[in-house]
Amino acid sequence: MKPIREVEGRAVPLGLKNVDTDVIIPAHYLKTITRKGLGKGAFETIRAQPGNVFDDPEYAGANIIIAGDNFGCGSSREHAAWALNDMGIDAVIAPSFSDIFSGNAFKNGILTVVLPQAAVDRLLEVAKTDQISIDLEQQTVTTPFQDRLAFEIDPFRKHCLLNGLDEVGMTMARDAAIAGYEGKMAAERPWL
Amino acid sequence: MSSKPRTLYEKIWETHVVERRDDGTCLIYIDRHLVHEVTSPQAFEALRIAGRKLRRPDLTLAVPDHNLPTTARLDAEGRPVPIADAESANQLAALERNAPEFGVRYIAATAPEQGIVHVVGPEQGFSLPGTTIVCGDSHTACHGGLGALAFGIGTSEIEHVMATQTLLLAPSKTMEIRVEGELGQGVTPKDVILHVIGVIGAAGGTGYVIEYTGNVFREMTIEGRLTVSNMSIEAGARAGLIAPDETTFAYVKGRPMAPVGEAWDKALAWWKTLPTDADARYDKVVLIDAADIAPCLTWGTSPEDVVPITGVVPDPASFADPSKQVAAQKSLDYMGLTPGTRMTDVPIEHVFIGSCTNSRIEDLRAAAAVARGRKVASGIRQALVVPGSGLVKRQAEEEGLDRVFIEAGFEWREPGCSMCLAMNPDKVPAGERCASTSNRNFVGRQGPGSRTHLVSPAMAAAAAVTGHLVDVRELEPMGADA
Repeated sequence: MKPIREVEGRAVPLGLKNVDTDVIIPAHYLKTITRKGLGKGAFETIRAQPGNVFDDPEYAGANIIIAGDNFGCGSSREHAAWALNDMGIDAVIAPSFSDIFSGNAFKNGILTVVLPQAAVDRLLEVAKTDQISIDLEQQTVTTPFQDRLAFEIDPFRKHCLLNGLDEVGMTMARDAAIAGYEGKMAAERPWL
Repeated sequence: MSSKPRTLYEKIWETHVVERRDDGTCLIYIDRHLVHEVTSPQAFEALRIAGRKLRRPDLTLAVPDHNLPTTARLDAEGRPVPIADAESANQLAALERNAPEFGVRYIAATAPEQGIVHVVGPEQGFSLPGTTIVCGDSHTACHGGLGALAFGIGTSEIEHVMATQTLLLAPSKTMEIRVEGELGQGVTPKDVILHVIGVIGAAGGTGYVIEYTGNVFREMTIEGRLTVSNMSIEAGARAGLIAPDETTFAYVKGRPMAPVGEAWDKALAWWKTLPTDADARYDKVVLIDAADIAPCLTWGTSPEDVVPITGVVPDPASFADPSKQVAAQKSLDYMGLTPGTRMTDVPIEHVFIGSCTNSRIEDLRAAAAVARGRKVASGIRQALVVPGSGLVKRQAEEEGLDRVFIEAGFEWREPGCSMCLAMNPDKVPAGERCASTSNRNFVGRQGPGSRTHLVSPAMAAAAAVTGHLVDVRELEPMGADA
């Protein structure tokens, strides 16, 4: 995974709340057996509407999405994160995210930034005309208008994202602890 | 063992901690891993590329469900029927290859035990109380009905579990949803969970594990508890839990993969220690009076858009939250509904009885009780009944339920996810409306442009025989004991 320090660019001011995983990537795109190429199906139902933000030339090449509450709710499909990756999205800013989606985003190097609704509203306004910058090290979102919005992030996730760490490999290195647990459980809960 | 009173969630969590990090994140051991064809191929691919193996294939069970057509799987000569959709066939074939390559137990599409992964797990005794259960599917929350900590994971996490049998997780907050009192006539577990989601909202449970408590859940069958816990994710909670009790133990005992003999006795003794201690504290408590719950359904495109069947399509202006007003208007435009319309005046074209939420034997009995002696209305284009597994199907056939449905004009299908999610040939066409016992009414969920009303099995059957959304209680004089 590539390390992330800063994400800077135009943002799609989506704004909607409860953007579910069927909206991010409809189920008929889930039949792939690789992770590539899902960007073409991303936000299909929104893109079917004339004048939608994703096809607005103003936001061409945007690498950030700004959304409402509960972004990524619904299914556990990691295809939602792969679709965002494939369409070039590096970060999503919203007042809240579904737990499963934010985990999937993290594991695919997509930064999820939680900010209060008022801050999100401000960024939705700025995004219409200007770039937004996210500094993971400093945990801030800034705009060309002196906005400086601080956000919280789990320290472990921050560490992994900053260093591009592979979680599977890190855990496999804990083999002795896992084997120790398994040995203990074989005695205590042998029915498993 | 600490002496501090603990919740069911805390007890399961603490017994599964392999290592605790300074920041509170824990390496949690996973007892059971269910695998299906949609979310696993990229995980197997990643293992293969990295030259990694499954740490515990013996704790892993694979079964295809999402893509499978629900039409006959074997032809007249007993040969498997090829799957027409090339991408579906490819994905199913990948699981069929990957399972033996990595030593995973695999239930084939044509096996009598095949079914929806969340129906198969409990039915086989693979899912047990007090275990941690994961699957690359958000409705894994379902298994919480047995008192297991069960939740959906993404494909990277699937890979992580396959390679290490653990997950790195931060502990969740706990929420108690206590429903006390007597449920009214015609009110089913599906109505209870729809009501709960309507009360706390689609994001109300985000960050929490919900424990459902109160006499309503204690008196519920395991099928009902699985339905309730299944939809925890629709309230934003990654997992739901219902304390294991005598009902649970009676359900689990004798299942093919359940412990036996001395192991059973040991397991039972431990399971009995799991329920939440009397003085334990939850981070949040929601109290609901059972008498307030009516047979209900969704009107919009979020599972929180719930009204009683006696209600009307709401006016977007009636919502206090401005963003909800916008969302409600969008929902109504998509659903083709006008504020003020009585829900019972809404005609439907499709009925789907099935999905991991409502495809167990009790669900089919409840629907059959309404369908018995009646006919599917002339305006209905398709009314599907899709049992959750081959074993549910066989039992229903032994009870004659298949004939009740077929005589009424329903189609009786092979097990699978079917019309819940539009990944197989069962879809609702654009602009058409479905009374569905599934779990999600999202835009395009049952097919591009499809319109979904989530209901209980009895309400779905009632809609089928009347041709419109209807209060099942009005049909009851003619039906059997629903």
